[in-house]
Amino acid sequence: MSDHNAHGSAAKADHVEHPTWKQYKWVAFWLTLITAIEVWIYYTPFKDSAAFAPTLMAMSAFKFGVVVFYYMHLKYDHAIFRRLFAMGLGIALFTIMALLFLFHKISV
Amino acid sequence: MATAVATAGHDSHAEGHGEHVHYTSTGLENRKIAVWAFIGSECMLFASLISTYLIYKGRSRVGPWPHEWGCKTSAAVAKTRELLQGCSPADVMKPILDIPVTSQSTFVLLMSSLAMVLALAAVETKGTPLPAGAGWWDRCLASSKFWLMATAVMGATFLGYQSYEFTSFVHEGLTIKTNLFGSSFFTLTGFHGAHVTAGVLWLLTLFAIDVKRGLKGKTDVLLVDICALYWHFVDVVWIAIFTLIYLIQ
Repeated sequence: MSDHNAHGSAAKADHVEHPTWKQYKWVAFWLTLITAIEVWIYYTPFKDSAAFAPTLMAMSAFKFGVVVFYYMHLKYDHAIFRRLFAMGLGIALFTIMALLFLFHKISV
Repeated sequence: MATAVATAGHDSHAEGHGEHVHYTSTGLENRKIAVWAFIGSECMLFASLISTYLIYKGRSRVGPWPHEWGCKTSAAVAKTRELLQGCSPADVMKPILDIPVTSQSTFVLLMSSLAMVLALAAVETKGTPLPAGAGWWDRCLASSKFWLMATAVMGATFLGYQSYEFTSFVHEGLTIKTNLFGSSFFTLTGFHGAHVTAGVLWLLTLFAIDVKRGLKGKTDVLLVDICALYWHFVDVVWIAIFTLIYLIQ
């Protein structure tokens, strides 16, 4: 009985709608465009601005999210995968912030 | 965790050549859960390497430096060539990071992720008849062999760019032993390159299986799906490295 239930949920969990070729194409377009903008602003006077690093990090985070949600199908897959990835990523980000704080690279 | 086994007999999409997909009581395939847990742990590995790079950033006592101009005969370091005074042209060390070349390799790796999702889509839809009047592009989209090989070739191209970069750095006097920048940079990008190499070998293995017996059915979709997750993870790590190491000064 439990096996039967597991089968049912397995089929349900397995049946996820993935993006189409057109969506993949647009994702690739946006990734390329943002990368081009990142490189372009590197060669502009904006590079010396205090907003340069946060702007680049925001664009990078957007690209990161797009790849993870669309190409890795995290948007469409089961919530357990999102939790597993978020847990690792959360610890990773915390580690980076904690180390940078400990070594006085950032201050509060 | 209780497990159930979905066999070809229970699944109308299965090909029925002895394929067994192992599900957990959550209804999810256990290998896919394992690969997501692995990716989560890999995040921590690369976080430690990126942290090390950022902590050592700006603490090198000798050049070459990533974004700054330096002088071989003195400890002078400047943001631009004009600000580097009292250094003869022969002793000038230019910033070592080559942004145009790395931008090209970044583009190649991003496009390899597109090829990877198309490879997975081609394996998932294998056996579906092409619509009447399907053109060469439809046939191309349906070819898992083409997209697997395209992904592997782009991965190998990225490795070629990295080899070129490493070689030129060594010629310009930067090795893993030169300074803190060299140590942390080569360790971080070297680890990433090793991951890309593993991914290329994995892709070539899948390509060989596809040529030999054809990738089809749920088990094979899972094989490609897991490889795709790994490949995209390698891509997102590079997205972070490219911004944090190459672009932000």
